Amino acid sequence: MTDPEKPTSLNDFDSRLQAARERRDAAQGKQREAAGGGLGLAMRIAVELVAALAVGVAIGWGLDRWLGTKPWLLILFFVLGSAAGIMNVFRAVGGFDYGAGYRRHDGYHRQDKDGGPKPEAGHGGQGEEPDGDQRRP
Amino acid sequence: MATNGGHSPLEQFEIKPIIGDWVVNADGSAYLPFHTFTNSSLYMLIAIAGVLIFLSFGMRRGAMVPGRWQSMSELSYEFVANLIKDTIGSEGRKYFPIVFTLFMFVLFANLLGMLPYSFTVTSHIVVTLALALMVFIGVTILAVAKHGLHFFSFFVPPGSPVAMWPLLIPIEVISYLSRPISLSVRLFANMLAGHTLLKVIAGFIAPLGVFGVLPFALITALTGLEILIAFLQAYVFAILTCLYINDALHLH
Repeated sequence: MTDPEKPTSLNDFDSRLQAARERRDAAQGKQREAAGGGLGLAMRIAVELVAALAVGVAIGWGLDRWLGTKPWLLILFFVLGSAAGIMNVFRAVGGFDYGAGYRRHDGYHRQDKDGGPKPEAGHGGQGEEPDGDQRRP
Repeated sequence: MATNGGHSPLEQFEIKPIIGDWVVNADGSAYLPFHTFTNSSLYMLIAIAGVLIFLSFGMRRGAMVPGRWQSMSELSYEFVANLIKDTIGSEGRKYFPIVFTLFMFVLFANLLGMLPYSFTVTSHIVVTLALALMVFIGVTILAVAKHGLHFFSFFVPPGSPVAMWPLLIPIEVISYLSRPISLSVRLFANMLAGHTLLKVIAGFIAPLGVFGVLPFALITALTGLEILIAFLQAYVFAILTCLYINDALHLH
Protein backbone atom coordinates (compact mmCIF):
# COMPACT_ATOMS: atom_id res chain seq x y z
CA MET A 1 0.00 0.00 0.00
CA THR A 2 2.72 2.42 0.96
CA ASP A 3 4.99 1.55 -1.97
CA PRO A 4 3.05 3.11 -4.83
CA GLU A 5 2.28 6.11 -2.68
CA LYS A 6 5.91 7.14 -2.22
CA PRO A 7 6.83 7.92 -5.86
CA THR A 8 3.74 10.03 -6.39
CA SER A 9 4.45 12.17 -3.33
CA LEU A 10 8.07 12.52 -4.44
CA ASN A 11 6.97 13.55 -7.92
CA ASP A 12 4.61 16.01 -6.40
CA PHE A 13 7.41 17.36 -4.26
CA ASP A 14 9.68 17.70 -7.28
CA SER A 15 7.15 19.68 -9.23
CA ARG A 16 6.41 21.91 -6.26
CA LEU A 17 10.13 22.47 -5.70
CA GLN A 18 10.61 23.38 -9.33
CA ALA A 19 7.69 25.78 -9.26
CA ALA A 20 9.07 27.41 -6.11
CA ARG A 21 12.50 27.79 -7.71
CA GLU A 22 11.02 29.37 -10.80
CA ARG A 23 9.07 31.81 -8.68
CA ARG A 24 12.20 32.65 -6.72
CA ASP A 25 14.23 33.18 -9.90
CA ALA A 26 11.59 35.49 -11.31
CA ALA A 27 11.49 37.45 -8.05
CA GLN A 28 15.27 37.80 -8.03
CA GLY A 29 15.28 39.12 -11.55
CA LYS A 30 12.75 41.77 -10.65
CA GLN A 31 14.60 42.75 -7.53
CA ARG A 32 17.86 43.22 -9.39
CA GLU A 33 16.28 45.36 -12.05
CA ALA A 34 14.79 47.58 -9.38
CA ALA A 35 18.07 47.85 -7.47
CA GLY A 36 19.88 49.43 -10.41
CA GLY A 37 17.38 52.23 -10.70
CA GLY A 38 17.62 55.48 -12.59
CA LEU A 39 20.54 56.83 -10.58
CA GLY A 40 22.75 53.85 -11.37
CA LEU A 41 21.98 54.09 -15.06
CA ALA A 42 22.59 57.83 -15.15
CA MET A 43 25.93 57.37 -13.42
CA ARG A 44 26.86 54.60 -15.80
CA ILE A 45 26.06 56.66 -18.89
CA ALA A 46 27.98 59.69 -17.67
CA VAL A 47 31.03 57.60 -16.85
CA GLU A 48 30.93 55.71 -20.16
CA LEU A 49 30.76 58.94 -22.13
CA VAL A 50 33.62 60.60 -20.29
CA ALA A 51 35.82 57.50 -20.09
CA ALA A 52 35.92 56.92 -23.84
CA LEU A 53 36.58 60.62 -24.44
CA ALA A 54 39.41 60.58 -21.89
CA VAL A 55 40.98 57.54 -23.52
CA GLY A 56 40.74 59.16 -26.96
CA VAL A 57 42.30 62.40 -25.76
CA ALA A 58 45.05 60.52 -23.91
CA ILE A 59 45.93 58.52 -27.03
CA GLY A 60 45.93 61.64 -29.21
CA TRP A 61 48.03 63.61 -26.76
CA GLY A 62 50.51 60.78 -26.34
CA LEU A 63 50.87 60.23 -30.09
CA ASP A 64 51.32 63.98 -30.61
CA ARG A 65 54.14 64.09 -28.09
CA TRP A 66 55.74 61.04 -29.63
CA LEU A 67 55.42 62.03 -33.29
CA GLY A 68 55.69 65.80 -32.82
CA THR A 69 52.49 66.54 -34.76
CA LYS A 70 51.34 68.94 -32.10
CA PRO A 71 47.61 69.62 -32.29
CA TRP A 72 46.41 67.36 -35.10
CA LEU A 73 46.26 63.87 -33.67
CA LEU A 74 44.79 65.24 -30.45
CA ILE A 75 41.97 66.79 -32.47
CA LEU A 76 41.46 63.60 -34.48
CA PHE A 77 41.36 61.33 -31.44
CA PHE A 78 39.15 63.78 -29.55
CA VAL A 79 36.56 63.27 -32.28
CA LEU A 80 37.08 59.50 -32.35
CA GLY A 81 36.88 59.37 -28.56
CA SER A 82 33.60 61.28 -28.60
CA ALA A 83 32.24 58.86 -31.17
CA ALA A 84 33.34 55.92 -29.03
CA GLY A 85 31.70 57.51 -25.99
CA ILE A 86 28.42 58.03 -27.82
CA MET A 87 28.60 54.44 -29.04
CA ASN A 88 29.15 53.16 -25.50
CA VAL A 89 26.14 55.11 -24.31
CA PHE A 90 24.10 53.87 -27.24
CA ARG A 91 24.93 50.30 -26.32
CA ALA A 92 24.28 50.79 -22.64
CA VAL A 93 20.91 52.42 -23.17
CA GLY A 94 19.86 50.31 -26.14
CA GLY A 95 20.25 47.25 -23.94
CA PHE A 96 16.87 47.92 -22.42
CA ASP A 97 14.51 46.89 -25.12
CA TYR A 98 16.22 45.66 -28.24
CA GLY A 99 19.58 44.44 -29.42
CA ALA A 100 20.94 47.84 -30.31
CA GLY A 101 24.29 48.47 -31.88
CA TYR A 102 25.56 46.33 -34.62
CA ARG A 103 26.83 43.24 -32.86
CA ARG A 104 24.24 40.68 -33.67
CA HIS A 105 24.96 37.51 -31.76
CA ASP A 106 25.99 38.41 -28.26
CA GLY A 107 24.02 39.29 -25.20
CA TYR A 108 26.25 42.23 -24.35
CA HIS A 109 23.82 45.03 -25.21
CA ARG A 110 20.89 43.36 -23.59
CA GLN A 111 22.57 42.76 -20.28
CA ASP A 112 25.19 45.42 -19.92
CA LYS A 113 23.47 47.87 -17.65
CA ASP A 114 23.59 48.66 -13.99
CA GLY A 115 20.17 47.28 -13.35
CA GLY A 116 21.45 43.80 -13.97
CA PRO A 117 20.42 41.24 -16.50
CA LYS A 118 16.92 40.50 -17.47
CA PRO A 119 17.10 36.73 -17.30
CA GLU A 120 14.61 36.12 -20.08
CA ALA A 121 16.24 38.64 -22.43
CA GLY A 122 19.72 37.30 -21.70
CA HIS A 123 18.84 33.71 -22.38
CA GLY A 124 16.89 34.55 -25.49
CA GLY A 125 19.63 36.71 -26.94
CA GLN A 126 22.56 34.41 -26.38
CA GLY A 127 21.36 31.13 -27.65
CA GLU A 128 22.33 29.40 -24.42
CA GLU A 129 18.80 28.44 -23.62
CA PRO A 130 19.57 24.71 -23.44
CA ASP A 131 22.08 25.41 -20.67
CA GLY A 132 19.63 27.42 -18.68
CA ASP A 133 16.90 24.86 -19.01
CA GLN A 134 19.11 21.96 -18.09
CA ARG A 135 20.22 23.52 -14.89
CA ARG A 136 16.79 24.67 -13.82
CA PRO A 137 15.30 21.45 -12.46
CA MET B 1 51.18 66.59 2.55
CA ALA B 2 50.51 64.95 5.89
CA THR B 3 49.67 67.92 8.09
CA ASN B 4 46.33 69.62 7.60
CA GLY B 5 44.93 71.33 10.66
CA GLY B 6 41.29 71.99 9.78
CA HIS B 7 38.47 69.50 9.50
CA SER B 8 38.14 69.33 5.78
CA PRO B 9 35.56 66.94 4.31
CA LEU B 10 38.43 65.53 2.26
CA GLU B 11 40.58 64.76 5.27
CA GLN B 12 39.18 61.25 5.41
CA PHE B 13 40.85 60.35 2.12
CA GLU B 14 44.33 61.26 3.27
CA ILE B 15 46.99 58.59 2.91
CA LYS B 16 49.08 58.31 6.05
CA PRO B 17 52.18 56.16 6.36
CA ILE B 18 52.12 53.65 9.20
CA ILE B 19 55.38 51.80 8.58
CA GLY B 20 57.89 53.87 6.60
CA ASP B 21 57.77 57.62 5.97
CA TRP B 22 57.69 60.33 3.33
CA VAL B 23 60.82 60.73 1.24
CA VAL B 24 61.54 64.38 0.44
CA ASN B 25 62.98 65.23 -2.97
CA ALA B 26 65.59 67.91 -3.55
CA ASP B 27 62.90 70.35 -4.75
CA GLY B 28 60.87 69.98 -1.56
CA SER B 29 58.15 67.70 -2.93
CA ALA B 30 57.63 64.45 -1.11
CA TYR B 31 56.48 60.96 -2.00
CA LEU B 32 55.81 57.64 -0.31
CA PRO B 33 58.05 54.81 -1.53
CA PHE B 34 56.10 51.87 -2.91
CA HIS B 35 56.94 49.62 0.04
CA THR B 36 55.43 52.00 2.60
CA PHE B 37 52.68 50.43 4.70
CA THR B 38 49.94 53.05 4.74
CA ASN B 39 46.48 53.30 6.27
CA SER B 40 45.19 52.21 2.86
CA SER B 41 47.24 49.02 3.04
CA LEU B 42 46.00 48.44 6.57
CA TYR B 43 42.34 48.74 5.57
CA MET B 44 42.88 46.45 2.59
CA LEU B 45 44.28 43.84 4.96
CA ILE B 46 41.34 44.38 7.31
CA ALA B 47 38.94 43.91 4.39
CA ILE B 48 40.64 40.65 3.39
CA ALA B 49 40.68 39.46 6.99
CA GLY B 50 37.00 40.39 7.25
CA VAL B 51 36.13 38.30 4.19
CA LEU B 52 38.15 35.36 5.50
CA ILE B 53 36.52 35.51 8.91
CA PHE B 54 33.06 36.00 7.45
CA LEU B 55 33.35 33.00 5.15
CA SER B 56 35.48 30.55 7.10
CA PHE B 57 33.79 31.04 10.47
CA GLY B 58 30.41 31.16 8.79
CA MET B 59 31.02 27.76 7.22
CA ARG B 60 32.84 26.32 10.23
CA ARG B 61 30.00 24.07 11.28
CA GLY B 62 28.65 23.41 7.82
CA ALA B 63 25.25 22.57 9.22
CA MET B 64 22.55 21.07 7.01
CA VAL B 65 20.16 23.73 8.25
CA PRO B 66 22.26 26.88 8.26
CA GLY B 67 22.31 29.32 11.11
CA ARG B 68 22.23 33.07 10.55
CA TRP B 69 25.92 33.50 9.88
CA GLN B 70 26.19 30.42 7.69
CA SER B 71 23.19 31.44 5.63
CA MET B 72 24.78 34.85 5.01
CA SER B 73 27.92 33.13 3.74
CA GLU B 74 25.86 30.82 1.57
CA LEU B 75 23.80 33.73 0.33
CA SER B 76 26.89 35.59 -0.87
CA TYR B 77 28.13 32.45 -2.59
CA GLU B 78 24.82 31.82 -4.31
CA PHE B 79 24.44 35.45 -5.29
CA VAL B 80 27.69 35.42 -7.25
CA ALA B 81 27.08 31.91 -8.58
CA ASN B 82 23.69 32.99 -9.95
CA LEU B 83 25.21 36.15 -11.37
CA ILE B 84 27.70 34.06 -13.31
CA LYS B 85 25.05 31.57 -14.36
CA ASP B 86 22.85 34.37 -15.70
CA THR B 87 25.55 36.29 -17.55
CA ILE B 88 28.10 33.72 -18.74
CA GLY B 89 26.26 30.43 -18.49
CA SER B 90 27.68 27.10 -17.40
CA GLU B 91 31.11 27.78 -18.92
CA GLY B 92 31.47 30.59 -16.43
CA ARG B 93 31.89 28.17 -13.50
CA LYS B 94 35.67 28.29 -13.93
CA TYR B 95 35.76 32.01 -13.38
CA PHE B 96 33.78 31.92 -10.15
CA PRO B 97 36.85 32.32 -7.89
CA ILE B 98 38.03 35.57 -9.46
CA VAL B 99 34.56 37.13 -9.64
CA PHE B 100 33.74 36.08 -6.08
CA THR B 101 37.06 37.39 -4.77
CA LEU B 102 36.58 40.74 -6.49
CA PHE B 103 33.00 41.02 -5.32
CA MET B 104 33.78 40.21 -1.68
CA PHE B 105 36.86 42.42 -1.56
CA VAL B 106 35.09 45.44 -3.06
CA LEU B 107 32.02 44.85 -0.90
CA PHE B 108 33.99 44.60 2.33
CA ALA B 109 36.20 47.56 1.43
CA ASN B 110 33.08 49.64 0.72
CA LEU B 111 31.28 48.56 3.87
CA LEU B 112 34.39 49.06 5.98
CA GLY B 113 34.43 52.65 4.78
CA MET B 114 30.97 53.13 6.30
CA LEU B 115 32.35 52.73 9.82
CA PRO B 116 33.07 56.09 11.48
CA TYR B 117 36.77 57.09 11.55
CA SER B 118 37.64 54.39 9.05
CA PHE B 119 39.29 54.73 5.67
CA THR B 120 37.60 53.84 2.39
CA VAL B 121 40.07 51.94 0.26
CA THR B 122 37.90 52.07 -2.84
CA SER B 123 37.71 55.88 -2.77
CA HIS B 124 41.20 55.96 -4.28
CA ILE B 125 41.49 55.58 -8.02
CA VAL B 126 44.84 53.80 -7.65
CA VAL B 127 43.10 50.89 -5.97
CA THR B 128 40.08 50.69 -8.27
CA LEU B 129 42.19 51.18 -11.39
CA ALA B 130 44.51 48.37 -10.29
CA LEU B 131 41.51 46.08 -9.86
CA ALA B 132 40.01 47.15 -13.18
CA LEU B 133 43.29 46.76 -15.05
CA MET B 134 43.68 43.30 -13.58
CA VAL B 135 40.25 42.39 -14.95
CA PHE B 136 40.93 44.07 -18.29
CA ILE B 137 44.34 42.50 -18.88
CA GLY B 138 43.15 39.12 -17.66
CA VAL B 139 40.11 39.19 -19.94
CA THR B 140 42.22 40.26 -22.92
CA ILE B 141 44.70 37.44 -22.31
CA LEU B 142 41.78 35.03 -21.95
CA ALA B 143 40.31 36.17 -25.25
CA VAL B 144 43.62 35.95 -27.11
CA ALA B 145 44.39 32.54 -25.60
CA LYS B 146 40.97 31.23 -26.56
CA HIS B 147 40.59 32.76 -30.01
CA GLY B 148 44.14 33.55 -31.11
CA LEU B 149 44.39 36.16 -33.84
CA HIS B 150 40.66 35.87 -34.42
CA PHE B 151 40.37 38.05 -31.30
CA PHE B 152 41.19 41.11 -33.38
CA SER B 153 38.05 40.61 -35.42
CA PHE B 154 36.34 41.77 -32.23
CA PHE B 155 37.22 45.29 -33.29
CA VAL B 156 35.64 44.91 -36.71
CA PRO B 157 31.91 45.44 -36.56
CA PRO B 158 30.23 42.58 -38.41
CA GLY B 159 28.37 43.53 -41.55
CA SER B 160 30.04 46.92 -41.97
CA PRO B 161 31.44 47.90 -45.37
CA VAL B 162 35.23 47.71 -45.74
CA ALA B 163 35.38 51.40 -46.66
CA MET B 164 34.21 52.28 -43.16
CA TRP B 165 36.80 50.15 -41.35
CA PRO B 166 39.49 52.87 -41.02
CA LEU B 167 36.95 54.93 -39.11
CA LEU B 168 35.18 52.19 -37.18
CA ILE B 169 38.18 50.19 -35.97
CA PRO B 170 39.79 53.10 -34.04
CA ILE B 171 36.40 53.85 -32.48
CA GLU B 172 36.01 50.22 -31.44
CA VAL B 173 39.55 50.13 -30.04
CA ILE B 174 38.96 53.29 -28.02
CA SER B 175 35.68 51.87 -26.81
CA TYR B 176 37.46 48.70 -25.73
CA LEU B 177 40.27 50.62 -24.02
CA SER B 178 37.75 52.74 -22.14
CA ARG B 179 36.47 49.68 -20.27
CA PRO B 180 38.99 49.70 -17.41
CA ILE B 181 38.57 53.47 -17.10
CA SER B 182 34.80 53.33 -16.82
CA LEU B 183 34.97 50.30 -14.52
CA SER B 184 37.36 51.97 -12.10
CA VAL B 185 36.01 55.51 -12.30
CA ARG B 186 32.48 54.36 -11.54
CA LEU B 187 33.46 52.69 -8.27
CA PHE B 188 35.91 55.39 -7.25
CA ALA B 189 33.60 58.31 -8.07
CA ASN B 190 30.65 56.78 -6.23
CA MET B 191 32.68 56.19 -3.10
CA LEU B 192 34.46 59.55 -3.22
CA ALA B 193 31.29 61.54 -3.87
CA GLY B 194 29.22 59.68 -1.30
CA HIS B 195 31.72 59.98 1.52
CA THR B 196 32.47 63.63 0.75
CA LEU B 197 28.75 64.40 0.76
CA LEU B 198 28.31 62.70 4.13
CA LYS B 199 31.10 64.74 5.69
CA VAL B 200 29.96 68.02 4.12
CA ILE B 201 26.43 67.61 5.43
CA ALA B 202 27.74 66.46 8.81
CA GLY B 203 29.68 69.72 8.94
CA PHE B 204 26.39 71.66 8.95
CA ILE B 205 25.01 70.00 12.07
CA ALA B 206 26.91 71.85 14.78
CA PRO B 207 26.83 75.42 13.32
CA LEU B 208 23.05 75.31 12.79
CA GLY B 209 22.29 74.71 16.47
CA VAL B 210 18.71 73.52 16.96
CA PHE B 211 18.10 73.42 13.23
CA GLY B 212 20.98 70.98 13.00
CA VAL B 213 18.28 68.34 13.32
CA LEU B 214 17.56 68.77 9.61
CA PRO B 215 21.03 67.88 8.31
CA PHE B 216 21.15 65.18 10.99
CA ALA B 217 17.99 63.61 9.58
CA LEU B 218 19.39 63.94 6.08
CA ILE B 219 22.65 62.30 7.04
CA THR B 220 20.79 59.40 8.60
CA ALA B 221 18.97 58.82 5.33
CA LEU B 222 22.17 59.28 3.32
CA THR B 223 23.99 56.72 5.43
CA GLY B 224 21.35 54.19 4.42
CA LEU B 225 21.78 55.21 0.81
CA GLU B 226 25.54 54.89 1.08
CA ILE B 227 25.24 51.35 2.38
CA LEU B 228 23.00 50.56 -0.59
CA ILE B 229 25.58 52.11 -2.92
CA ALA B 230 28.34 50.08 -1.26
CA PHE B 231 26.45 46.91 -2.17
CA LEU B 232 25.39 48.16 -5.58
CA GLN B 233 28.86 49.17 -6.69
CA ALA B 234 30.34 45.85 -5.61
CA TYR B 235 27.56 44.18 -7.58
CA VAL B 236 28.17 46.37 -10.63
CA PHE B 237 31.88 45.64 -10.50
CA ALA B 238 31.17 41.92 -10.38
CA ILE B 239 28.56 41.95 -13.13
CA LEU B 240 30.72 43.98 -15.48
CA THR B 241 33.59 41.57 -14.87
CA CYS B 242 31.21 38.75 -15.81
CA LEU B 243 30.11 40.55 -18.96
CA TYR B 244 33.69 41.16 -20.01
CA ILE B 245 34.52 37.49 -19.45
CA ASN B 246 31.42 36.59 -21.45
CA ASP B 247 32.60 38.86 -24.28
CA ALA B 248 36.02 37.24 -24.20
CA LEU B 249 34.57 33.73 -24.34
CA HIS B 250 32.10 34.37 -27.13
CA LEU B 251 33.35 37.04 -29.48
CA HIS B 252 30.64 38.10 -31.85
